[in-house]
This record gives sequence, C-alpha cells and structure tokens, in this order.
Amino acid sequence: MQEKPKVSVTRTRRDSASKEFSFTAESIPDGGLKDIRARAWDAFIKFSMPITTDEAWRRTDLRFLPAADFKIPKDGEFEDLPGVPENLLRPLTGEQHGGQITLLPGGSRVELDPALVSKGVVFTDIRTAEREHSDLLNRLICQVVKPEDGKFAALASALAGNGVLLYVPKNVIVETPLHSILWGPGVDLAHFSHLIVYVEDGASVTYVHEAASPNETGHAMHAGIVEIHVGKDSSLRFVELQSWGRHVWNFSHERAHVERGGNLDWIFGAVGSRLTKNFSDLDLAGEGAQGRMSGFYFTDGTQHLDHDTQQNHLAPHTTSDLLFKGALKGKSRSVWQGMIYVAPGAQKTDGYQANRNLVLDDQSRADSIPGLEILADDVRCTHGATVGKLEKEPLFYLKSRGIPQADAERLVVEGFFDPIMQRIPFEGVRERFQQAIQDKLTG
Amino acid sequence: MSQLEIKNLHVSIENKEILKGLSLTINQGEIHAIMGPNGTGKSTLAYTLMGHPNYKVTEGEIIFKDQNVLELEPDERSRAGIFLAFQYPVAIPGVTVANFLRTALNARRRAANPEDKGMPILEFRKMLKEKMDMLKMDHAFAGRYLNDGFSGGEKKRAEILQMAALKPEMAILDETDSGLDIDALRIVSEGVNALSGPDLGVLVITHYQRLLNYIKPNFVHIMLDGRIVESGGADLALHLEEQGYDWVREKYEETAEA
Repeated sequence: MQEKPKVSVTRTRRDSASKEFSFTAESIPDGGLKDIRARAWDAFIKFSMPITTDEAWRRTDLRFLPAADFKIPKDGEFEDLPGVPENLLRPLTGEQHGGQITLLPGGSRVELDPALVSKGVVFTDIRTAEREHSDLLNRLICQVVKPEDGKFAALASALAGNGVLLYVPKNVIVETPLHSILWGPGVDLAHFSHLIVYVEDGASVTYVHEAASPNETGHAMHAGIVEIHVGKDSSLRFVELQSWGRHVWNFSHERAHVERGGNLDWIFGAVGSRLTKNFSDLDLAGEGAQGRMSGFYFTDGTQHLDHDTQQNHLAPHTTSDLLFKGALKGKSRSVWQGMIYVAPGAQKTDGYQANRNLVLDDQSRADSIPGLEILADDVRCTHGATVGKLEKEPLFYLKSRGIPQADAERLVVEGFFDPIMQRIPFEGVRERFQQAIQDKLTG
Repeated sequence: MSQLEIKNLHVSIENKEILKGLSLTINQGEIHAIMGPNGTGKSTLAYTLMGHPNYKVTEGEIIFKDQNVLELEPDERSRAGIFLAFQYPVAIPGVTVANFLRTALNARRRAANPEDKGMPILEFRKMLKEKMDMLKMDHAFAGRYLNDGFSGGEKKRAEILQMAALKPEMAILDETDSGLDIDALRIVSEGVNALSGPDLGVLVITHYQRLLNYIKPNFVHIMLDGRIVESGGADLALHLEEQGYDWVREKYEETAEA
C-alpha cells in the first residue's frame, strides 16, 4: 500500500477582503438633498459590515467583497463604457412607453410624454429632481426606507447620484407604462440608485425598472433603494428586473407602503449578479390594502441570490399573496427567507406565502425559510416552501413522445415556472423570463 | 413486412432478471395481445421497448424497421415510430396538453428537417380538435396541464389522443384498460380501432380478457416468468378467461422445476 502524502493546510486568505469601504464624506454629492444625505452618512459610518452572525445575513457571506476597491463613477464616465443594448430599451408592457429614464454611470437620460407632464406627473432622474422638484423630493425621500434600516440603505441614501422620482398626482390614471433602466457597465465601480415611487390617492400607473450590466472580469457593486407609496384606492403595477453581470455584488432595500384600499402588484425577476442580498417589505398599512408579490429567479454557475421578504399586515382586512419560484443550476445557491407578520388588531387579514425551488444540479442548493408571526386572532395565513429536483420519470415520459432530452428539460422547467407566468399580466415580461430560462438552460 | 422483432430478450432491473429470453415478432397491420399474471414482466417489456433507463438489456435484440432499437434513445425510438401508451401516465405540471403535443410534433418535424419552422398553429389546432372529437373529449382538455389531476379515464384517453396525433407505426398499449369504466373502455378502444390499419402494428398488454372484446387481436401470447410460453389466436384469450392462469402455471412451472 502506498503511503499517503502529507498535506498541511495553512489559512492564508482568511482576511483577503478589506473590511470597509473607502468612501468618505467628500463622496456625498452636492444638491438639494444635502441634509438627508448627511443624516444617511452618519447612519452609514455607524454600521459595521454585515457578518454571518447577523440573523439577516446568516446565509450570505460578504468576506470576499473587495469593498475598499470600489469607486463612484465620475460625471460622464459612461461615455467611455459600453452603451445600453438596444433590446433593453424596448417596451416590455404595452406598445410604447409614456416615459423612459436611462441611468448611467455618471449620467442619465430622461424622456416623458408631454401629456403626462401636463397632468402633473413627475418622472425624472434624482439629480434633476433635486434641482427642479426639491420640495417634493425632500418630502417623499427616506420616508418608507430609512437610512437607518441597514448599512447598504444608509450608503445608497447618502451617495446615490442616480435614481428616479416617480410622482403620480391624485386621481391621475397613467395609461402608458413608464420604464427606467439602470445600466452599470465598468469594473471597480460602485453604482448607487434610489427609486422613489409615490402614487397619490385614486391614481394608477404601471412602472418597469430594470438593472443590468454586461459581464466583466473583476468586481463591481450596486446598492439600491426602492421606496414605494401606494395611496388610498390607488393602484401600482411595478415590475423590477435584475440582470447584473456576474461580477456585480448587488444589495437592495425595498419597501412598499400601501394605504387603505390601495393595490400593489409587485413583480421581481432576478437572473444576474454574482451575489444579491435583497430586502423587500410590503407594509399593508390601511384597511383593505392588497399586495401581491411574484418572484422569478434562476441562478447558475456560482451565483448567490438571497431574497428576504416581509409581508406586514398592519391593518384589518388586508390581503397579501407572495409566490417566489426559482430554478438553480451549477454550484449556485438561492436563499428565500419570508415572514408574514400580522399586527395586533389586524383582523380578517389573509396572508399567503409560498416559495418553490427546482434544483437542476446536485451541487446547487436552495434554502427556503418561511415564517409567520401572528398577533391577531381572526386571520387566515398559509405558507409553503419546497425544494424539488428534476425527476427522471417526467423526462422519460416526454422523451417517449419524441422530445429530445434538452427540450424535455426545458418543458419541465417552463412548466415549473408557469404559475409565476400566470401572475404576470405583461407578455413582454413573460417573454423575457422565457428567454432567461432558455439562456440559462443552454448556457 | 416484419416490423418489430424481439429476439431472446433478457432484461434486468437492479440486477434482478425479469425478462428471461423473450422472443416475439409483430408485423404491420397485426394486433398482438400479451396476457399473463401480475409480476410476470409484461410492463418490463413495454418499458424496455421504449428505452426506460432503469431497465438493462443484458442479452438479445430488438429490431424495428431494420434498426437496432437498443442503440436508440427513447426520443429517437418515438420518432422512429414506436409508441407506448403508459399504464401510469406521468403528470407534467404547468405544461398544457396542447403545448406538449405541439412540442412533440415539432420535434418530429425538426428531426426530419432541421430548418423546419414548426407546425402552423392553426393547422395544429384543427388537427387537435379533430382528434379530440374522435375521442369524445371536451376541447378545453387541450388547455389543461398534462395528466395533472386527470381522472384515470382522462389519462388513458389522453394517451390515445397522443397516439392519434403522433401516428406511430408500432403502438404498445400497457394495461390501457386498467382503471377504466365500461364507457371509457369503449371510447378508448374505438379510438385504437380507428387508428388501426395495415400500417400499424399493435401490442396490447393486458391482465384481463375484457379489453380484447373491443380490440380484437390476431394473436394472443401468454407470458409467464419472463417468457412467452403459449401463443395462439383470439380463442386463447377466451380460454384464459374461463380457465384462469393456473393451468399455465402448472404446465410450465413444473417443467421449469423438473
């Protein structure tokens, strides 16, 4: 018998990543949000980098985040970087946009239908809003997501030079969908975004936001905030898509506040990034408020996507309905951690949450952690979480009808996602997800 | 012309031999029935003909239209013209009957011509409605998820619908009568009979003679312990109905032990 070679292991890379960002108070952009940014900066410097002993970060490890390397893009930096692919500018809902905003490293472009301007609709980038709608912006910003909510919320609140202010006045029905793209090419860059969506009482709008970048060698990061206010008896359909390149560390804090009789249809699609940690909270704050959250994700390679959702029933007769479905390939990992909270007195609420995962490779892993915290006694809350594999028998059955292996797999995966597709009222978004399934399966 | 030739077939599942030298030839236009007690290897034969990965052929040959079937993947066997109506059809949640059948038909077209753009949707719908009418199926059926929440009768009807759409040259019906009431049995049988003709070979696998009142076989084979032990005409099935399988067991198990 051969003697086993001796192997000694020394840990040399334990602290290969820097512990802190290299941003300073000088990084804070000038403009109409000075006071709020200063407050956010104060919050930011008090937070240390999240570690896996923090409950919310237990399954998402930032030790290899090269925090110190990231720089804020200079004004006009996008001019030296790859431009937005044409297909990302096409409408995903309906025939044409009522408005489109392109957010770029160190710049932006805004278009809005004059008919909407004359109705008082504001749809512009954050730097323009700071100049032209300073009072409105200062009134609305950091009301739903607070800088104190977390390190990345504080960071984005302090430093975001990119962002969108969407304001729909009372009883205004916006028929054509609005669209924004955050395009983040480049390496060693920190992209920050702050989206504020404020739908006044009785108003209605559909808004699609997409964050994307090419794949690059190296690292980049994005920290974003999404603040949503859905007023009394108003309605918002909000679609957000994430197709960051494989080098991007992506963090976001998102919260929607829905008032009495308001209705939010919130759709998530996530296929990109190296690592994502997303907090999405739904606050049903007024009686009869309704919110539906539908999530589609597909990971491959070594991607790590962590979605943390909260459905907070804060008033009676509120309804929430969450379905997140994901497929995983390669050595990728997904985490979904969800909580339904029912406040004392929030009677007759109906809360539902389900997370379904389809693990396509032995080395991929999905964690699914549902949770309920119910402090009222007359409620209906149900939840479910499953992690399944691609089974042999359905594939054999499909193949026995002449369908080749690859098509059979695609059919089963598409079938798995069908319940999510059924919840998406936009053909363009469904097609995008279909394409993502195709690309991921063949990639 | 000899369509399907099975020669001295030995098949194991998890190292246990189930088929122990089975031989059978089915020509175009012929209907064969295989009968036999439970656990004798009837379904193993069906799955092996279709190429289920759990069934290992250790010896013997399967030839279909001069091709060595054992070298073909299940989807290639299907495209070559072999069809298996499953005893237990598998549910495919989220995939509608129509979407599934269209994918299956287009896979055939694409295999024949890689440039093929697929069957036009109107042509497909018309074809599907005709086949559903033949099987007295509600058109809404096309929009349901395949075998998902189907009753036993619906599943078997869906199998025959697939057979009608895919137009095989060799159809294997594995216990298609199980779980069917008399009306469903008649509809399913009428469907099979409507598809039968000089170009189609049929292998009916059944435990009971009942189905053979509706689908008239030219040949009946009795299977026991992994082999065909008796072959005859339609009257052999009637004989089994009256006498049961005991006489077969006595006749062949004794000789096997001797």
